[in-house]
Amino acid sequence: MDLVRQLETEQLRTDIPDFGPGDHVRVHVKVIEGERERIQIFEGTVIKRSGGGINENFTVRKVSQGIGVERTFLINSPKLAKVEVVRRGKVRRARLYYLRDRIGKATRIKEKR
Amino acid sequence: MPKGTLGRKLGMTQIFTENGNVVPVTVIEAGPVRVVQKKTVETDGYEAVQLGLGEKLKNVNKPERGHFAKAQVVPARKLAEFRIEDSDFMQALNVGDELKVDAVFATGEYVDVTAVSKGKGFAGPIKRHGFGRGPQTHGSMYHRRVGSLGATDPARVFKGRRMAGRMGGERCTIQGLRVVKVDGERNLLIVQGSVPGPKGCFVTVKATVKHKA
Repeated sequence: MDLVRQLETEQLRTDIPDFGPGDHVRVHVKVIEGERERIQIFEGTVIKRSGGGINENFTVRKVSQGIGVERTFLINSPKLAKVEVVRRGKVRRARLYYLRDRIGKATRIKEKR
Repeated sequence: MPKGTLGRKLGMTQIFTENGNVVPVTVIEAGPVRVVQKKTVETDGYEAVQLGLGEKLKNVNKPERGHFAKAQVVPARKLAEFRIEDSDFMQALNVGDELKVDAVFATGEYVDVTAVSKGKGFAGPIKRHGFGRGPQTHGSMYHRRVGSLGATDPARVFKGRRMAGRMGGERCTIQGLRVVKVDGERNLLIVQGSVPGPKGCFVTVKATVKHKA
């Protein structure tokens, strides 16, 4: 195999569960404050997954104090302690950008059964 | 001249550091190289080590065959000389030695990488020298042409005027690249940042002349 590809494959993580757009997730992020390291949780809806291989990433959207916050994470980053899937969402597209224009009740996503 | 080795550029990717940051890196397959010849002041007038990379199995001509037979090594694809000067590392090498990357460089060191850059063909002044362009619309027909070549008074164009022409395909050195990782098993040298040339091109890696850490 191509050595560059091989090098990338070695860095891929296998402990991250399978999830997709529409899912409600809790992302545990390692934060380094000076000497100490602690875990911060970012909880919200996955609005997209993009890229592939070592560069694969996903964006989580939440509304915090009335302000929409989106954060993009690299799936294979060692900064992620873990990703919990809270709820599977039933959506009909891959990119949920329409959620940005909606507030409150309109942002609800049906649960996948 | 500091210690160095030869290699082939394999391509670029990204790597996570221990604290989780992403670093853009170039992967170089650096070796194994063999010492083919050692030049001395008595015989050649200067001191240098000739290193050979790869194995050349076909089309080895007679003079080449003789040269490699003398060192008792397989014919190499690429040869390059490194001046010894005051480098103890290069001084210690003997003809016939096989050199792996982990013997030459370690993580955290800084290197200079030399290669022949990608050829761009006949390029205009915008691409070649970073000139500005004319307006694309509003009736303009002066899109990507050269501007003024100078004043009218000298009645000629001064030498060295930057114009369109062949670009790329030149020997080029990128200085001060940090070694992110060295893989002795697969002979990989991973440096932070980009390196000149296409994938598969031959590169020369030397300890940096600047950036004394």
